[in-house]
Amino acid sequence: MKKTYHVNEKGYYGTFGGAYIPEMLYPNVEELRQKYLEIMYEDSFQEEYKQLLKDYVGRPSPLFYAERLSAKYNTKIYLKREDLNHTGAHKVNNTIGQILMAKRLGKTRIIAETGAGQHGVATATVCALMGMECIVYMGEIDIARQAPNVARMKMLGAEVRAAVSGSKTLKDATNEAIRDWISNPVNTHYIIGSVVGPHPYPDMVARFQAVISEEIEWQLHEKEGRSHPDHVIACVGGGSNAAGAFYQYLDDERVNLIAVEAAGKGIHSGESAATSVLGEDGIIHGSRTLLMQTNDGQITEPYSISAGLDYPGVGPMHAHLYESKRAEFISITDDEAMTAGLELSQLEGIIPAIETSHALAVFDTRKFKENEIVVLNLSGRGDKDLNTYIDYFKL
Amino acid sequence: MNRINQKLQEDKKLLSIYFTAGYPSLNDTVGVIQDLEKSGVDMIEIGLPFSDPLADGPTIQASSTRALENGMTSELLFSQLATIRETVSIPLIIMGYLNPMMQYGIEAFCAKCKEVGIDGLIIPDMPVAIYHEQYQAIFEKYGLINVFLITPQTSEERIRFIDSISNGFIYMVSSAGTTGAKNSFGNTQETYFDRIGNMNLKNPQIVGFGISNHETFTQATNKAKGAIIGSAFIKHITTNGTKTIDTFVKDVLGDT
Repeated sequence: MKKTYHVNEKGYYGTFGGAYIPEMLYPNVEELRQKYLEIMYEDSFQEEYKQLLKDYVGRPSPLFYAERLSAKYNTKIYLKREDLNHTGAHKVNNTIGQILMAKRLGKTRIIAETGAGQHGVATATVCALMGMECIVYMGEIDIARQAPNVARMKMLGAEVRAAVSGSKTLKDATNEAIRDWISNPVNTHYIIGSVVGPHPYPDMVARFQAVISEEIEWQLHEKEGRSHPDHVIACVGGGSNAAGAFYQYLDDERVNLIAVEAAGKGIHSGESAATSVLGEDGIIHGSRTLLMQTNDGQITEPYSISAGLDYPGVGPMHAHLYESKRAEFISITDDEAMTAGLELSQLEGIIPAIETSHALAVFDTRKFKENEIVVLNLSGRGDKDLNTYIDYFKL
Repeated sequence: MNRINQKLQEDKKLLSIYFTAGYPSLNDTVGVIQDLEKSGVDMIEIGLPFSDPLADGPTIQASSTRALENGMTSELLFSQLATIRETVSIPLIIMGYLNPMMQYGIEAFCAKCKEVGIDGLIIPDMPVAIYHEQYQAIFEKYGLINVFLITPQTSEERIRFIDSISNGFIYMVSSAGTTGAKNSFGNTQETYFDRIGNMNLKNPQIVGFGISNHETFTQATNKAKGAIIGSAFIKHITTNGTKTIDTFVKDVLGDT
């Protein structure tokens, strides 16, 4: 049998994945598992999904040859411009897909979790578009840190509920969303924002994000006469933009996959979010994967200057890519990321999200050959991070 | 015979109480267990606290957070329980989430349970299929009964499958929702209790989630073999401390 890095029929990537859920969630998750592929590949679904990606999101997102960045690092760098999507990041590819899925499942109420607020905004946006009730769970601490995104969600008509349990951040917002789903099993669909959670979520979200690498294939072919690059670089928190950028190349070993995690103040500083390096095999949010935890199995709170990367777990696809060594994992500190974000702004006139700045920092830590083609997934724009940049650089 | 099976044979409705180990204070675990038995409780679920208890409502979340802050760990729980069988004879079940048990090692965890005299486990986020494929043999090797949950949304076919691989009792979750006390049950619950009661399952059913007082205990045990109280008991000891456990139990049993 051909080796594959995609999910198997039982919902696992190697030993990672599965659906470790309380019985209360079984009917919902099972319904989704049975129907998601069938619904996703119906002609009418694909037609509506693609139309919205084109006319509403603004796809295809450009593949931009970054000439000055390439000259500086003496290699060929293309930027996949997910930052130009409506709502400013790749997150909307998934929320468009899932809202259409929810409609076809007959659901009328949408719940979501959010950390920095990007997925919350992307969910509130599609709920407004479709006229669906929307409740977004957000950690109480994140609500205080991310006031503009909270306001955006409210303006879009969503209700933002504070998660006040545990550490009051993303993992607790996810717990609260899951508890809501347990309490509302019939009318509610849970739009998970990353390639995490119980099967089939990691696979479903990866398939909705796969549009990124589908476009890279034909765009690169137009520009370079071949559809595969030598390297694809993407940052990884839960891992959805990386899953989308890697998707078409997972089983194409000519392509080197580079996943970039947040090392915070240093991998072993005690303030880091480098889950693959620091994590141990375990269960988080219904999935078996690598997660940051104590020896006693209590889940710990990660740290990164980027709110989109400080998730204590990582998607099971990425845990498998790490363990099988299919992907190269690199950890980037706060300082390295901030420097790279400033550099892209001044070399190419693009202010990236701090999450993306982590991916950009790879050019300073790893050499590429002159004739190699490197595609970097520019997952989001930096508007939401201006205050952090201002504080950091004393602008 | 396992203490759980023996207890289930008694001709009475059973009251089981859940509490979080290491709560309110780290060293309250043993005293709470002893007082519960003395007050007439039939079975005890000892909650192993977890940082991310998905199936629990605010009361048990808060007690778990506090217990972890107090320093509770799996290792410490086993050491607190090392001599528990010298003073306590009713069935003892550990209820906890899978991740801490995985980190301890599932087999090591089960071995330790047997060593200290634990009779069974309830692990809400361990799927039936995973247990069946990976863990059943280990549980059986150490004489542990695994208790599965069913809910109002569980299909009849699935209930029958769960019944077929259970060998103690079935934990009947009273309604869609996380753990937490309710003051009374409505028609929906009554219909559900009747439906399950009429299925003639081989395992007795014990109702949990939402039981808080004599009224809900009586409603829940009309058809079922027993009921489990968790959040209401945690609230009681949060407010009143651990000195009046017998008052709480006698109120629930209507034994005044």
